[in-house]
Formats: sequence, structure tokens, C-alpha cells
Amino acid sequence: MNPFMPIIQFLIFPGFLFTAIVGLLASGIDRKVTARLQYRIGPPLYQPVIDIVKLLGKETLLPDGSPKIFFLITPLIGLAGVTLVSTLLWLATLNPNVGFIGDMIVVLYLLVLPALSLVLSGFASNNPLASIGSSREMKLILSYELPFILALVVPIIKTGGTLTIGGILNYQAANGITVRSASGVIAFIVAIVCMQAKLGLVPFDIAEAETEIIGGPIIEYSGAPLAVFKLTKAMLLFTIPIFLIVTFVGGISFNGLSLLWGILKYVGLLVVVILIRNTNPRLRIDQAFRFFWGHVMIAAVLAVVLALFDF
Amino acid sequence: MSLKLKALTKSLWVFHLSTASCNNCDIEILDLLTPRHDIERFGMVLVGSIKYADVLLITGVVNKKCKPFVKKLYEQMPKPGFVVAVGTCTAARGIFHDSYMVEETEPLDKVIPVDVYVPGCPPKPEAIIDGIIKLISKRGHPTGKRSGVSP
Repeated sequence: MNPFMPIIQFLIFPGFLFTAIVGLLASGIDRKVTARLQYRIGPPLYQPVIDIVKLLGKETLLPDGSPKIFFLITPLIGLAGVTLVSTLLWLATLNPNVGFIGDMIVVLYLLVLPALSLVLSGFASNNPLASIGSSREMKLILSYELPFILALVVPIIKTGGTLTIGGILNYQAANGITVRSASGVIAFIVAIVCMQAKLGLVPFDIAEAETEIIGGPIIEYSGAPLAVFKLTKAMLLFTIPIFLIVTFVGGISFNGLSLLWGILKYVGLLVVVILIRNTNPRLRIDQAFRFFWGHVMIAAVLAVVLALFDF
Repeated sequence: MSLKLKALTKSLWVFHLSTASCNNCDIEILDLLTPRHDIERFGMVLVGSIKYADVLLITGVVNKKCKPFVKKLYEQMPKPGFVVAVGTCTAARGIFHDSYMVEETEPLDKVIPVDVYVPGCPPKPEAIIDGIIKLISKRGHPTGKRSGVSP
């Protein structure tokens, strides 16, 4: 095997470049559909790409009294995390027999990195609003992470304890997708709700809260680092739905017409995300915490118990 | 025109600063975001922080008290960026014509370099869109160089 292959996979396909392009397109669709729902025409589909190019060409301002190198590095942590997740997922999708035992757990860990980079950058900004945003983001991570992991335990139980993404895909190809069972349906709904919080979209955009704390953790960022944040968010909008599709709905296969079916799965999930985003008001942080540790948690535990009894 | 400026003119993020205005212009500006005028068609969105902004949009009469803050905000805007002044007040004092508070600061050019004035009391939303489109088609000569104005 070519020694440069992992680097190419990480940077071009299926890693950074591919994810960035599709992610930006997805966030373009998001903005367009949002506009249509509000009876507006909305920006062109490629608007997020223009935004990124523009931000890369702008000046980067450093706030007084912040650790400068730390301030500039933190956005890259999240970008690296989401790129790595996307690479792992797509390599497993292209060939389910690649991958290593426990890559499911690695993906779960890496998906925390974007949120973590938001928290760190907020505290590096030396701005009171950014600190408020960071502390909210931390509370939000605490609230959604446990139900999210419990929901993803369900497909692992279904496959009899396989901890590889490829193993879960193979099992679903042989025995039918996870959401065909009662526990699968409940876990999928829980995972969708948690995905909304992971993406930082309404009703769980508590940390960024543009109208309230003006972007929260990213308030002091401008120019290229801000572009990195926007890019990370766009790539998450592509990666997390793909993760849920892989674990619950049987992944995306590349044989002829079934590719179309796979794209349809992704677009369907994206539309669900956009609809939730456009029909809900923002929650307070305590309401979100109660929601996740109350209703969502009960549903997640129920799903795990049902899965253990093979429903 | 370079790619940088082309991208800039197609994705203007606007920071709205109201300096002692009577709020009429501000209402007209919010009107731009409604379905009828929908300024997001041109990639323009209203942002909350000056650090994200490409356009500093100023309404109202800039008086002695506002002057240092306007300068500060202009310095905080990442360059290249534009300054758009909406309303007669910014250009010709409007109803504050005889006020002693505005002698040093009007027109706004005396404080910060302005790219476009949109006169009117208040200007119609169509006039504001027209002003911005003229700014875009002027193409690629944003006033804001880092060494432009001393605070």
C-alpha cells in the first residue's frame, strides 16, 4: 500500500476536501430551505462557499490579553476532529472490512472535539460573553452526551457487542437495519434530538445564542479562524447525520441505484434537522438540561433495556 | 478584481450601529430582512458583533458623545470593510441642523471614511438596497486600510 495513502485519504477523499464541499452545500441547502419556509427567496446554494472565501481574505484581529497562539490553535482542534470522524466513517462505508476494533468508540470521542474547541476558544477570548457561552456549552455537553452514547449502545447490543463501524454495517446488511425494531426506533429518535444539540442548532443553540450573547465563544474571532469555525459547523452538518445513517439506517452503499437511496436517506435526515431548527424557539440552558436528563434519558434507557431483551 | 474582493462584495455581513437616531431609519433597515425585500438574496446578513462585520452601517446623527465610540467600532472592524451611512442625519444633520453637538462631526466623513451615503428621512428600503448595489458595483475600493484613520 502507498505510504502516502492515509494522508491523501485524510486531506482529499473522503476526508477534508470532500467533507468540506458537501458540508458547505448542505449548509447552503439549510439556508435556502429556511428562507423558503419564511416565504423569502434566500441566498444562492453556494453562498456558504463565498462566505468562507471572504472570511479567509479578511483581517484577523487578536483581542487584548488573550493567549495568542492558543487563541488561534483552538479552532483547528475541532476541524481536525470532524475531519478524522468523516474519514473513519467513509472508509468503513466504502469497505466494511477495514477499520479496527473500537473505532466506534474513537468516533464517539472525536465527535466531542468540536464542542471542546468551542469551549476552549471561548475561554481563550478574554471576553465575558465568550465565557458565558463556554460555560453554557460545557453544560450542554454534559447534558446531551450521555443519552447520545446510550442511544448508540443500542446498535452495538443488536450486533452482539461489535465495536467496529464496519461490523455494524455488515450486520445491518445481513439482518436488516437497526430501526426495524422498537428499541431501534426509540434510540434513533433520541439520537436525532441529541444530534440537534451536537450541531448547535435551534432549539439548542444556547451556547452561541446570536441574539443574546452574540455568538458566545466565537464572539472575538474574525477572518480565517472564524472561517474555520464556520467550516467545522458545515462539516458537522454532513458528518453527524452520516454517522446516524451508518449506525441506524444501514449506511450508504455505492452500487448503482442504492447510492440514490443512500443520498435520499441523508437528505431526509437533513430536512428533519432543518424543520426542527425552524419550528422551535431557543431553550434556556436549565430547560435543555432538564429535557435531556429527564425525557430523553428515560427514552434512551428504555431503548437499551428493550434492546437487551431483544425487541 | 481579485477573488478576495469579489467574495467580499457577494457576502456582506452588516453590523448595524444606531447613533442617537430617531429609530425611523432602523425600522426601515429591519424592513430589508422581511420577505418583501429579502436582502439575504445578495448574501447580506445582519450580524451581532463588529468582529464578523464587513459593513458598518450607521444611522442617526453622530454627535460629540458618539464620536469616540464610532471611531472605536470602525477600528475594530476587520479590514477590508465598508462604511454605509443611512439617513439624512449622517450626511447633512437633518433635523439637528442648528445643534451645537454636531458641529465637529457632520458630515460623517469628518469622523471616519464613508463609502456610501443614503439620504432620506427615512430612506425607503428600495433606496437603501440601491445604495448598497451601487457600492458593490463600484467594485473593490473599500476605504478601510488599516492605517486609514487614527483613533
